[in-house]
Amino acid sequence: MTSLNLLALVSIGYVSLLFLVAFWADRQALRGRSARFMRSPLIYTLSLSIYCTAWTFYGAVGYAARSGLEYVTIYLGPTLVMIGWWWGLRKLVRVGRSQRISSIADLLSARYGKSNVLAIGVTLLAVIGVTPYISLQLQSITLSVAIFAEADPARSYNESGTVFWIATGLACFAILFGTRNLNANERHHGVVIAVALEAVVKLVALVAVGIFVVWGLAGGLPEVLARIDASPIGRWQVDGGRWVAITFLAAAAFVCLPRMFQVMVVENEDERHLRIAAWAFPTYLLLISIFVVPIAALGLELMPAGSNPDLFVLTLPLLQEQNGLAMLSFLGGFSSATSMVIVAAMSLSTMVSNHIVMPIWLRSTDAFGGASVSGDVRSVVLFARRFSIAAVMGLGYAYYQISGGGAALAAIGLISFSGIAQILPALVGGLFWRGATRAGALAGLFFGFSTWGYTLLLPEVAAGLFSPQTLTEGPFGLGWLRPQALFGVEGLDPIEHCVLWSMTLNVAAFCIVSVASFPSPMERLQGAQFVHVFDHSAGPGGWTGSVAQSEDLMIMSQRILGPEEAQAFFQAAVERQGGPGPLPEPTPGFLEQLERELSASIGAAAAHAMIGQIVSGAAVSVEDLLAVADESAQLLEYSSRLEAQSVELSRTARQLRETNQKLTQISEQKDAFLSQVSHELRTPMTSVRAFSEILRDNPSLADTDQHRYASIIHDEALRLTRLLNDLLDLSVLESGQVTLNVSRRSLSDVLDHAVASALAGADRALQVHRDHSREEVVLETDVDRLAQVFINLIANAQKYCTSDTPELHIEVTPSDQQITIDLRDNGAGVPEGFRDVIFEKFSRVTPERAGGAGLGLAICREIIRRLGGDICYLHGHSGAAFRVTLPIQSKIEEIR
Amino acid sequence: MTGRVVLIEDEANIAEAIRFLLSREGWRVDVHGDGATALEVIRAAAPDLVILDLMLPGKSGMEIIREIREVEAMVDLPVLMLTARGQHKDREMAERAGVTRFMTKPFANAEVLTAVRDLNAQAAQRRARGARDAG
Repeated sequence: MTSLNLLALVSIGYVSLLFLVAFWADRQALRGRSARFMRSPLIYTLSLSIYCTAWTFYGAVGYAARSGLEYVTIYLGPTLVMIGWWWGLRKLVRVGRSQRISSIADLLSARYGKSNVLAIGVTLLAVIGVTPYISLQLQSITLSVAIFAEADPARSYNESGTVFWIATGLACFAILFGTRNLNANERHHGVVIAVALEAVVKLVALVAVGIFVVWGLAGGLPEVLARIDASPIGRWQVDGGRWVAITFLAAAAFVCLPRMFQVMVVENEDERHLRIAAWAFPTYLLLISIFVVPIAALGLELMPAGSNPDLFVLTLPLLQEQNGLAMLSFLGGFSSATSMVIVAAMSLSTMVSNHIVMPIWLRSTDAFGGASVSGDVRSVVLFARRFSIAAVMGLGYAYYQISGGGAALAAIGLISFSGIAQILPALVGGLFWRGATRAGALAGLFFGFSTWGYTLLLPEVAAGLFSPQTLTEGPFGLGWLRPQALFGVEGLDPIEHCVLWSMTLNVAAFCIVSVASFPSPMERLQGAQFVHVFDHSAGPGGWTGSVAQSEDLMIMSQRILGPEEAQAFFQAAVERQGGPGPLPEPTPGFLEQLERELSASIGAAAAHAMIGQIVSGAAVSVEDLLAVADESAQLLEYSSRLEAQSVELSRTARQLRETNQKLTQISEQKDAFLSQVSHELRTPMTSVRAFSEILRDNPSLADTDQHRYASIIHDEALRLTRLLNDLLDLSVLESGQVTLNVSRRSLSDVLDHAVASALAGADRALQVHRDHSREEVVLETDVDRLAQVFINLIANAQKYCTSDTPELHIEVTPSDQQITIDLRDNGAGVPEGFRDVIFEKFSRVTPERAGGAGLGLAICREIIRRLGGDICYLHGHSGAAFRVTLPIQSKIEEIR
Repeated sequence: MTGRVVLIEDEANIAEAIRFLLSREGWRVDVHGDGATALEVIRAAAPDLVILDLMLPGKSGMEIIREIREVEAMVDLPVLMLTARGQHKDREMAERAGVTRFMTKPFANAEVLTAVRDLNAQAAQRRARGARDAG
């Protein structure tokens, strides 16, 4: 028989080994030479095995002895998650890494707008959910020690003393190796390596016991199968509802348990490890669970009735006097319990110190003026974390003492699981649903946890608080409020019942409140960062480049990160920014990085609050809000498409507006033109009518008068004809329907013809000066039309030149491409204000009518344009001066 | 009884026709082609009748009628507007500005003479009533 002394010796030796391994790993990591295997997926996978606690090691056999194959669900949940939901885990890990998340409470807090309320809530719930679990581990150790004590009558065994010392030892271990670095994002290599070693020990122990049972006790596989058939296990029927409920709980707990989050996300070295773990961890679970049924079956058969089936793993070897195997088995159970307790205490303490202790401390010191720059935050955080470990361990111990350690291991485990599972909706919703809000998460957690507490925790664990009547008839005689038959749903297993109601209410409250409530800008920002973490692994944002004091930030960072690390961080930032100074500019980008760096040490909400103390100003800028919009690629694409459409629309609208304006203008122009034409036609007609009536009504008129009036009628009739001709001409030219007769003629000839025509019958002489030598240019154009223009211009000079001895200079300047013809007279010229309008229809400068309707120049302009040239008034001359520019080669074809 | 008429018309032929018609009725016709000088003449000595074109160089017919009506002594002065712009809105504007009679070109000579006689008779009545009231 193994003596208690030997057991104590072996235990102490084992614990010392763990200390040494952890110490060595930490040293290696600190020196930056951590061996490759320390960062391997194998270690990651093994560290995940803290999922398998003493409950699994001892409890699975007990579970199988009591409920047959149902124990498989505990392994089935995580297996399904690892194999079927590894992409979700990958997202979780990516979010955790990119946001420097330190715990599950930190994750939810960060996701829902860095809410401290949520962080506190989740922390409290985790403590409530996990404390029984810790005490369960302590209980398993005492139970196993008690087994050895029974067999060693020589020693008196002080059970509570043992528990106390074990709890103290574990707390010391957790404090030593779990709070060595403040920065949660720096991995706890010592702890992880120790956990991995323990994972190997417990697997080896259980498999060894299994092999001993199958081949040592039963005598081979067929015999074992026969004995299993014969045992009560063979007669167990699967309860579908429970099976589903417990598989779900195990899966949820695997993701949500603080210690699982710690090893899976916080201690994760490389996202790609998940790919290996996705098959390696289920394999580990398969190995550790495969011998459970044989051990349970043989235990039931061989052990005396009334033996605790939870301890078959230990008692079977002892029964067979296999002391070495029993010792190994003890170490396996011990490993399971200690690794779980250490990691759980570590993760809980991070939550407690970051979300409860630190905010309280910050607020209390804030009253004395700026906690961020005055106190030594680093030591406070360290102390808070150590204190929290001790407190968590104390709670576990206290719970163990109070509950008396009677309940079956599996029952406590499941209760704990279903409590922790309440975090799942807010977690998954936060990762995949941008619409999830803080209010929704709080509502879901509240309803889920209260339902869990009311339907499962209180009736099972603290049954003393309930009178038996409450269970059977409901509180205050309200039947529908019976804890285990809520709303009249009866006949369900308590676990099933709890999962059904708590998850239903949780998810419903989460969804309804999320949809009904409006997220704050910070929540939207963080929501976008979480949901689209793979598109943008950028920072959480939130700080604008307001006048933050880099020095204050430096001082604060030193207090949290430690001097060397803070200086290194700031130095790196200076180099990135490329600035000259010893301190970096407090750009939004730098502040974001710093906040993330700090949040790894003290949690997102506290880090946000501390930077907020220094960086005054709005926490969320317009840029951040825009960034929220930018997060979604689809949204961007959609909005750019919308934008394009809206641009298109506004362009069309503008075109329509312009067209409409043009049409209105044209219509107005047409009205004005018609009114002008009418006026111009009426004026000569008035004379014609008046004088023809005079002639008709006065036959006795003197001959001279008769002749004069008839001449007036004749002149006015001619004027009418001229006007009509001009109008027709102009209309043809403007409509572009004019046919041009292109021929070749020298400019000289054209001008000769024009001068002769314009001056024929003129009442006063106009002296025309020309330089014929420069006019010998052959033009290819509509010669008659061109002559029409010159006739008009020369006639104008003849009519309107104010000089007593009117002269007209015609100057021709040929060049390669074009030829300019300037016509200048020596009169007063066109008055300043009229020069711009002389080419418009019906514009007249002189008050006295010279028989023109003001269409001549308009016609000239139209003709010259048709000929591919240009006509303009020349400023800067004393007399009226016009310049006609013509292309030498005909461009008429192109124009048409 | 006829008197002096100021004819403001920039079309020489039309002015000649109206001058011919009115002088045969016994009017002394004072022809002006420019609005500004015509207005000075009217202000210097109020005529018995004004015949006015709308489109004039220097000053438009609309401006001239407004300025005539600003002088108190000429509030009742008969003014006949003859214009080639015969649109409805032109007529309205002219009447609002104080034109006594509005006629469009081309006109029948008889109509112009009838209008002038009417305006003259109305002015005579007004003068007689004024004299009786004063007496």
